[in-house]
Amino acid sequence: MTRRPELRNHQRDLYYFRMRLTVAGSIALFLFMLLAARFAYLQIFQHEHYQTLAEQNRISIVPIVPNRGLILDRNGVALAHNYTAFTLEITPSKIKNLGQTINELSTLVEITEKDRKRFKKLLEESRNFESLPIRTRLNDVEIARFSANRYRFAGVEIKARLFRHYPQGEITSHVVGYIGRINDADLDQLEEDGNFANYRGTNYMGRAGLEQSYENELHGTTGFEEVETDAGGRAVRTLSRTPPTSGNNLTLYLDLKLQQVAEQTFGKFRGALVAIDPKTGGVLAYVSKPGFDTNLFVDGIDTQNWELLKNSPDKPLLNRPMHGEYPPGSTIKPFMALAGLELNKRTPSYTINDPGFYMLPGSSHHYRDWKAGGHGLVDLHKSIVISCDTYYYGLAVDLGIDNIFNFLSNFGFGKKTGIDIEGERSGLLPSQASKMKRFKQKWFAGDTVSVGIGQGYNLVTPLQLAVATATLANQGIKMQPHLVRQIQNSKSGVVTPIAPQIAATLPIKPENLALVRDAMIDVTRPGGTASRASAGASYTIAGKTGTAQVVTIKQGEKYVESQVAERNRDHAVFIAYAPAENPTIAIAILVENGGHGGTTAAPIARAMFDYYLLGKLPVSAATTPEPEEAEHD
Amino acid sequence: MIRRLWLRFTLHIDGFLLASLAATMLFGQIILYSASGQSFDRVLSQFISMLVALVLMWALANLPPQHLMRIAWPSYVLGLLLLLGVALFGEVSHGARRWLHVGVARIQPSELMKIAVPLMLAWYFEKRERSMRLSDFAVAAILLLLPVMLIAKQPDLGTALLIAASGFYVLFLAGIGWKVILGLAISAAAFAPVAWSLMHDYQQQRIMTLLDPTQDPLGSGYHTIQSMIALGSGGIFGKGWLNGTQAHLDFLPERHTDFIFAVLGEEFGLAGILVLLVLYLLIIARGLYITSHATTMFTRLIAGSITLTFGTYAFVNMGMVSGILPVVGVPLPLISFGGTSLVTMLLGFGILMGVATHRRLVKQ
Repeated sequence: MTRRPELRNHQRDLYYFRMRLTVAGSIALFLFMLLAARFAYLQIFQHEHYQTLAEQNRISIVPIVPNRGLILDRNGVALAHNYTAFTLEITPSKIKNLGQTINELSTLVEITEKDRKRFKKLLEESRNFESLPIRTRLNDVEIARFSANRYRFAGVEIKARLFRHYPQGEITSHVVGYIGRINDADLDQLEEDGNFANYRGTNYMGRAGLEQSYENELHGTTGFEEVETDAGGRAVRTLSRTPPTSGNNLTLYLDLKLQQVAEQTFGKFRGALVAIDPKTGGVLAYVSKPGFDTNLFVDGIDTQNWELLKNSPDKPLLNRPMHGEYPPGSTIKPFMALAGLELNKRTPSYTINDPGFYMLPGSSHHYRDWKAGGHGLVDLHKSIVISCDTYYYGLAVDLGIDNIFNFLSNFGFGKKTGIDIEGERSGLLPSQASKMKRFKQKWFAGDTVSVGIGQGYNLVTPLQLAVATATLANQGIKMQPHLVRQIQNSKSGVVTPIAPQIAATLPIKPENLALVRDAMIDVTRPGGTASRASAGASYTIAGKTGTAQVVTIKQGEKYVESQVAERNRDHAVFIAYAPAENPTIAIAILVENGGHGGTTAAPIARAMFDYYLLGKLPVSAATTPEPEEAEHD
Repeated sequence: MIRRLWLRFTLHIDGFLLASLAATMLFGQIILYSASGQSFDRVLSQFISMLVALVLMWALANLPPQHLMRIAWPSYVLGLLLLLGVALFGEVSHGARRWLHVGVARIQPSELMKIAVPLMLAWYFEKRERSMRLSDFAVAAILLLLPVMLIAKQPDLGTALLIAASGFYVLFLAGIGWKVILGLAISAAAFAPVAWSLMHDYQQQRIMTLLDPTQDPLGSGYHTIQSMIALGSGGIFGKGWLNGTQAHLDFLPERHTDFIFAVLGEEFGLAGILVLLVLYLLIIARGLYITSHATTMFTRLIAGSITLTFGTYAFVNMGMVSGILPVVGVPLPLISFGGTSLVTMLLGFGILMGVATHRRLVKQ
């Protein structure tokens, strides 16, 4: 810029000034036009794009979790139901300092060390944008206190949640099972099965028992709600709603009262009991002792309780009726007797003279009878009533292992029964093939001998034993065992019964069945191995005792109960059905370390029958029966 | 008697300007009612601020420009001292040192400087009118840069740039050479990388975000993205008053203050925006008209600076909401909730009216 003269031309200055003002005004006008163009671009040409974004912003699809179906016993008593409770939940991704937030919360709402531990475990298993419960079952005071302070806790909410509850707790633990929180592995599985959408919003799924095997029936169909949400994700109003469909209700064959009778009469003993309606295969009682409180699993079990259950020597988590594999002991004898009759290896009148032991031809090894000195003359009937071992040693050898295997497998031994709970074991029915497979050894003639009395390579589950007993009771018609009797559609209320299914019809002559049945009736009468089982009963009981060895006794030694550590004592086994002429209930009982079947297991069966057939409840619980000298096998 | 009082009362009021301002502010009240979530309290509070601001405007309009000249340098010096005070003893709020405790009240000296800087520069050029040299522009530049630097340091880059702009308009209208402007522009471009390295992280972030808001959609890009969604989804005629989903469901941040324009765009659409643009252009046009008819160097410069600064505020705010300028804390003039900026704005228009009416009196 050049120097200006001292005195300036006023008019020229004004002209220059106005020119500059015009320039500035034009620039301002131009910039406003630019803005107008920008707005036109956003609001006309990009309108649809932003319209979509705005809709996405405000509308979110919220799943509505369906009510889980109920599980009821045959009389409609709830074994699993739902209730609503308020939980305090934290969304970890919305919280900066989790520890501090929990500490602050604990000044308003009681948060125990257990709650913290459980929350920590949940945190590790879940995705952190999920809402996780820190406290469940808040009371009214706690809800009020938190609500008043809610503004301080972004990312913490009180939610009304449906909770699963098992009112019968331990008694039905292994049959009903439990639900547990869905973890990442479950989510992957659900995605694979194409069920992911239906589980949106669902936090729990069946983990064990019926809760697991009937998951598809119980879960129901998730509903959806289109809600308008604000930037904080809070729902402002509902735009549309597709209601959920509750899960279907299951009604079982199981009679809770009967189950309670079994629980009661078991007393302090561990073991398993399965009662089946022989005509339908319906499971009337399914007991595993001890059980555990399934409610512990619903919120996610804490480490301490888990360790306690897992490491308990009583193995409460073991589902004994289907996971427990035991030697059947002498309860196999009625089936062996039938095999002898059916395969023409024995006639009813065929008699042996029992010296108290059995020897294979060309061997000096003594296979001992349980009774030193033997039973004298023994025919088929007596062999069952007094449970003669020597009779069955010989029968087994005469039958041969292949015949035994074929005949017994018809009753379901060595095979899964196909009951409607998952995780069943198949037990072990000995055969040449199975020994080779399992022990890489050839079958020896000597192996066959002990198979005859249900020892050796012989393992059954209590459930298998119950099914076999029911088959015996039902004239050789084997019914598929089933827990669920009918399914009720929660929406229509329509009840669909599950038709009983015949699993197999065994071609057994009725007269042979009658022979075995008559012998089994005498087992429960004076002179039998369970001589008091039917004392005073107005109906007839057919039964068979058994003893399953826990520790093998060496040749030349004698088993003396009082000298054996409690957990090495024999298991008591008892199978029975009643009324013998027209059976409506068949039972298999295994009492762990219970000693003799006639002593500990048979009274349990009697109590069960008294209730089921007569409606009579046991007089007193947990009275351990007196040992009876005469009963042994 | 009443007629004479009325005349005396309206003597220094520019009717056209007042009508435009009032129309804009009333439109603002309607938007504010929606933007504040139908808070009648907010609207009332803003209405009271408006009345106070109008009274102050009236008072300043009645002050002859030559009296205004007398307070130019004292207010500038006071403002500068207060800014120094802020730098030394200021109170930190939201990570910036902008406030100064004076007894019971908290004051923000940068507000004062919005008026004091153009006043000071206009006064300076008025004094040097008869013998203006290049060195005078250099002195003026220093007078301008001192407060701008102090405010930028707080840090409040938005206000610093706007005050720099208001000062630059004075220099421009006073006749600073085109070559100098060109030189400044070139050196500014050359200086840009240096300025970048001197910027605070969040300032750099804002500029990066402007280039690509989706880069950080939940962080610094959130404001821009949500306000663009609000505008775009509004379409030509908008979603209707009180029906903006972006605004009422809290997606829009600062919706009754800096981002109130997005509420206007969402609920009244392009049509509503054009109404506001026209109102703003009317105010600017009237301001430029008054400026071009001002009789003295001082009044010309101050009136021009005030008018152009007003336009700049409006442009910067609308530019930031529509995503073509970085997010700086600049309110939408006459519309955004907040008494301070309203008072500052109307004080400016009071000066403008004074310039217009006292000239008329001189003529008469």
